[in-house]
Amino acid sequence: MTARLAPLFEACGADHRAALIGYLPAGYPTVDGSRALLRAMLDGGCDLVEVGVPYSDPVLDGPTIQAASEAALRAGVRLRDVLSVVESIAAAGGRAVVMTYWNPVHRYGVDSFARDLAAAGGLGVITPDLIPDEAQDWLAAAQAHDLDRIFLVAPSSTDQRLAATAAATRGFLYASSVMGVTGARDVVSSAAGTLVSRVREHALGLPVGVGLGVRNGAQAAEVASFADAVIVGSAFVTAAGAGVPGVRALAADLATGVRRHAAQLA
Amino acid sequence: MVTVQPATAQPDARGHFGRYGGRFVPEALIKALDQLTAVYADARADPEFIARLNGLLADYTGRPSPITEVPRLSEHAGGARIVLKREDLNHTGSHKINNVLGQALLTERMGKPRVIAETGAGQHGVATATACALLGLQCVVYMGEVDTERQALNVARMRLLGAEVIPVKTGSRTLKDAINEALRDWVTNVDTTHYLLGTVAGPHPFPVMVRDFHRVIGLEAREQMLARYGRLPDAVAACVGGGSNAIGIFHPFIDDPGVRLVGFEAAGDGVDTGRHAATLSAGEPGMLHGALSYLLQDSDGQTIETHSISAGLDYPGVGPEHSWLKDTGRAEYRPITDAQAMDAFQLLSRTEGIIPAIESAHAVAGALRLGPELGPGALLLVNLSGRGDKDVDTAVKWFDLLEEHS
Ligand SMILES: Cc1ncc(COP(=O)(O)O)c(C=O)c1O
Repeated sequence: MTARLAPLFEACGADHRAALIGYLPAGYPTVDGSRALLRAMLDGGCDLVEVGVPYSDPVLDGPTIQAASEAALRAGVRLRDVLSVVESIAAAGGRAVVMTYWNPVHRYGVDSFARDLAAAGGLGVITPDLIPDEAQDWLAAAQAHDLDRIFLVAPSSTDQRLAATAAATRGFLYASSVMGVTGARDVVSSAAGTLVSRVREHALGLPVGVGLGVRNGAQAAEVASFADAVIVGSAFVTAAGAGVPGVRALAADLATGVRRHAAQLA
Repeated sequence: MVTVQPATAQPDARGHFGRYGGRFVPEALIKALDQLTAVYADARADPEFIARLNGLLADYTGRPSPITEVPRLSEHAGGARIVLKREDLNHTGSHKINNVLGQALLTERMGKPRVIAETGAGQHGVATATACALLGLQCVVYMGEVDTERQALNVARMRLLGAEVIPVKTGSRTLKDAINEALRDWVTNVDTTHYLLGTVAGPHPFPVMVRDFHRVIGLEAREQMLARYGRLPDAVAACVGGGSNAIGIFHPFIDDPGVRLVGFEAAGDGVDTGRHAATLSAGEPGMLHGALSYLLQDSDGQTIETHSISAGLDYPGVGPEHSWLKDTGRAEYRPITDAQAMDAFQLLSRTEGIIPAIESAHAVAGALRLGPELGPGALLLVNLSGRGDKDVDTAVKWFDLLEEHS
């Protein structure tokens, strides 16, 4: 089966540009508040949103996303709220995937979660602490419910693991540009470009998204020059402090960034 | 003294004990975990490594630790004879040093100059700071802010030993959050840094490797019991936080069907109050800190905040091998409340002149309850995992408080 995200990457390819993917945790600052912010990301120019599942022990997240997750949990967000946020995005014609640490899904039931996410109109799941080696039930459920499975690779991944992870992936491969946790950074790591070219040797044709650290249009343009998607998380969480206008403005800046390269080509 | 031996019950090649264990971690850490697995396998087979480790265990730690029969305490145990395995007499004051020396030598072997560790009670942090001083490694210890306050003596010890202690202010500000911060540091600095995990939790190979480094406890105790009593104990008891001292003493007895293995968890105010850390008694399987195991979690898979008077047992997870031993029925796990543990803490101090760590007092309290079930003449081996100097402040508060109300 073709990837649910294939049409997105085909359209961006035809425009000679990278896709823009924005992340925000569901339930931050409230469930309805997060609906409005995710909407603003799409209005501002994101091609796809990652709806984050707030989790008590986010070991791959830096202080910004940790604080947002904690706030969302304190406000009482539940996994079923995350599904309802996805549903409202999809109902409005937006594209959404879920980003989640694995225990909430394990607890909900892997197949039930896949079924309910697909029914809500979600397109796939990004799994920061689930490697394909441990993902048998998820791979089966994703297959059964036609969801993309987006695994991560890192600069430390060996060639063998890059190949195996790419083979298990559908939709796009998520390349963490640095060794470290999430958080906006001043410069885009040089490791990102190297990692993307290594991935391309092992997985011709599989789109590669680069995340961890991007925070403005200039950085987005730089990443867009070698990746198929630019993924922005912590910077959106920070922008959420300025509400819907802040998030829309950041999305617009980043959207210009991912088109700069195409403009130069034209 | 052979400490690193092929074990009877092994996880599969990817670290699964039945359905438990495995590696639920970011891909970024897999290379380091693979390297650690390979270096450990290589070291286990290297007589020089084993000789060096055994040399340190003997000359530096002071192994073998003795066993001590405690008849005045046993008067409160329904006729059973309680025998303590004295891990409290090890250098640095607990069992933690056994694992730390092993992993510190592996750190050297990997050529990594920097070590990070989490600590709850501070015993693992002190042991790690000690080994780093001994081997000239840089040492950073993450410790929940709540624990830096209740185990202040150990914070001072770590700093004296040259370690940097970083108080962790996120989440519940206890052991769980210290591990989160250590994992974040590790993901960022994995090329130069070894994460010296202090218990049998975490991703493969930690549960099997840490267990192997602690098997010396049970191997010695088994021989000591046979030599002194001419027979094996009827039961072996230990406290369970992450589960390292318990698995260390249990493991060499697993193939002795006549020996009951009983772990005692922290029940805080009581399992039915919701304020406890009794993972195996009240949890359900889930992933935390890299492994599938029993876990205290809510219906949405969020980790629940725990409570225990004992910083070293105040943890919502447990090592995956214990989950497997529970499900297979080979070991039993029972809760001990703060009050029961503190009574045992005082009783052991007053009857035998041994002040235990509050963690270990949970095992003693458990033994006092297990004794009457075993009956007169039964031999009950209890792992006294640490000494109580670090807990004197807590004890002063606890007992003064009781006096105010009496
Ligand atoms: C003396 C002592 N016993 C037990 C524990 C609990 O750890 P584990 O269950 O890994 O033995 C600790 C942890 O800090 C400790 O200091």
